[in-house]
Amino acid sequence: MATETLTLGKALNIGLRKALENDPKVVIMGEDVGKLGGVFRITDGLQKDFGDQRVIDTPLAESGIIGTAVGLAIRGYRPVCEIQFDGFVYPAYDQIVSQVAKMHYRSGGKLSIPMVIRIPFGGGIGAVEHHSESPEAYFAHTAGLKVVSCANPQDAYVMIQQAIASDDPIVFLEPKRRYWEKGQVDLDAPLAEAYPLHSARVVRPGTDATVLAYGPMVRTCLDAATAAAEDGRDLEVIDLRTLSPLDLGAVYESVRRTGRAVVVHEAPSNVGLGAEIAARITEECFYSLESPVLRVTGFDTPYPAARVEEEYLPDLDRVLDAVDRTFGW
Amino acid sequence: MAKGDPGASTRGRRAAPRSRKAASGDPELVQLLTPSGERIDSVTGPDGVEYRVDFTDEEYRGLYRDLVLVRKLDAEATALQRQGELGLWASLLGQEAAQVGSGRALRAQDMAFPTYREHGVLYCRGIDPIMPLGLFRGVDQGGWDPNEFKFNMYTIVIGAQTLHATGYAMGVAMDGKTGGEDGEAVIAYFGDGATSQGDVNEAFVWASVFNAPLVFFCQNNQYAISEPLERQTRVPLYRRAAGFGFPGVRVDGNDVLATYAVARHALDNARNGQGPSLIEAYTYRMGAHTTSDDPTRYRIASEVEAWQAKDPIARMKAFLEREKIADSDFFAEVDEQARREAIDLRERVLAMPNPEPVTMFDHVYPNGSPLLDEQRTQFNRYFDSFEGSAH
Repeated sequence: MATETLTLGKALNIGLRKALENDPKVVIMGEDVGKLGGVFRITDGLQKDFGDQRVIDTPLAESGIIGTAVGLAIRGYRPVCEIQFDGFVYPAYDQIVSQVAKMHYRSGGKLSIPMVIRIPFGGGIGAVEHHSESPEAYFAHTAGLKVVSCANPQDAYVMIQQAIASDDPIVFLEPKRRYWEKGQVDLDAPLAEAYPLHSARVVRPGTDATVLAYGPMVRTCLDAATAAAEDGRDLEVIDLRTLSPLDLGAVYESVRRTGRAVVVHEAPSNVGLGAEIAARITEECFYSLESPVLRVTGFDTPYPAARVEEEYLPDLDRVLDAVDRTFGW
Repeated sequence: MAKGDPGASTRGRRAAPRSRKAASGDPELVQLLTPSGERIDSVTGPDGVEYRVDFTDEEYRGLYRDLVLVRKLDAEATALQRQGELGLWASLLGQEAAQVGSGRALRAQDMAFPTYREHGVLYCRGIDPIMPLGLFRGVDQGGWDPNEFKFNMYTIVIGAQTLHATGYAMGVAMDGKTGGEDGEAVIAYFGDGATSQGDVNEAFVWASVFNAPLVFFCQNNQYAISEPLERQTRVPLYRRAAGFGFPGVRVDGNDVLATYAVARHALDNARNGQGPSLIEAYTYRMGAHTTSDDPTRYRIASEVEAWQAKDPIARMKAFLEREKIADSDFFAEVDEQARREAIDLRERVLAMPNPEPVTMFDHVYPNGSPLLDEQRTQFNRYFDSFEGSAH
């Protein structure tokens, strides 16, 4: 078993390389993805090895990236589009929502758009505005799109390949502040036997309260659980992994046991994923709940200046504060 | 209705040029058939290319037949909307020559990306004209496989399809399918209003830098719903191509012969690997934007009358009569065929069944969604709870 210690970014890079090797129809396209290897180096070395027709440096136009990728998909290609930063995806929003998401439906199932839209998302890197946003709710709200987020190197490696192999159009959210975090990756894990793409996973079993997160917040919640354990409180942490469709079977099972649920995301709370998840938990686990489902999120402001982002972003203390509140109800 | 490949055959040509060699009155406009039906042998466009067509009598008659049929079927669809059988119709009235000329210029292997008004191109591709009517009747949302018909689904969002066409054309080049007669070309349809869209300008950039085998075919019908061309541009639209680095030409879009010549030339350039070009087919939307529109609120009758005098079918008929290429029996026979096809279309539209409500849950995702399945089940349970539900 070829298990290596890799950063999340490198795991994505190797996953993309495998996808290019396994299917000649896979093409990577985006701004600076070629010679530069992407601003985060996620496509590092791929153009050199696969050529500029497989790894395409595009003009600086996000709608153009997604719109031409639709045409390539109609032609039979499997485009993997990189949007350089979360805050730059909006010029492509029409193509994603009105075209990518609806093509299969409009064609009565006769046409598929097997496209992956990779977006480094979230804050915590001290960036200027438009570089730290969490736009997942916009996409999760759109029928026809699937939305996933990886939280560790092993998942990054497997999920990117699964997403590319899927015929569904998938928005693939990469936790940019976790790109440099390391973990063990089994590079030989056969995809067919891998954990299914659209499945949540319990990443830390516990008995006292259920904490739900995805992407960059999984690490934060695991740290919170470690701290809580020192205080004698046993938190169960679930990595949602798939944001659309949500996979909440394990969540319901967990909340029925713990009676308490806290949802954590960087995105603002208003009409966010947390609201949807809280509503569903309430419908399914009403008689098991010891307290309302609480949300720990970014605030309902634009993403703030970098010097105050630590106060904006949910952290260990805010997660534990919410857990405390579920016990004080 | 489908005929061969006009202008491509070398058999049975009319022997000599039938009319004087002349430039059209407008030096910017490629024209081979004047509004009065006078044939111009060849003309050099603003792009420096000499345009001509070389059709047999049969092919001339075929183009006329196309024009008449396309107009008749369009009129029938408008009538169906007025009678409540379609929710909406976007008429092509006045733009028949632009669509038939470019549609017939396509070779079998070429791919077309229409807006929502290219019923004439669709017809020339040999596609059953009933196909888009499901969309306008509201029984489906298009519902065809673009690759089966070499004709993409109609696109309602203005200009979005030009990027799809560009990407498709990039794929053609990546597949090594350019170069030579059997190369593939792609045509993207859009209107004068769309030229203001970011997507269209992005498509120009992309097609140019990737040398995509693509023809941008702009039907400038002078109006974007109510807004005249002056609200979209200060320069003739075809000249915008120069700034993007590929050729542009303006053709008389009410002249089926010139449109054919210009489109065929541009498509063959594209298939031969010479990259994209822009055609501005200068025409006029004789009807409303759609059946929901009232053009009397924003344009005057005399303008419409002036364009009426440039009618694409009348000039073709005048030419066929003058040159004795067709007689009254032929014109009567074409009219009769159009009448029959319109009746057939009407009958089949009326017979289109409404979809079962639960089918709204179908085909959201190729791989499905458990949450959606759950919602469908709940909907079924609710729907079945009504007494006497036939569901």
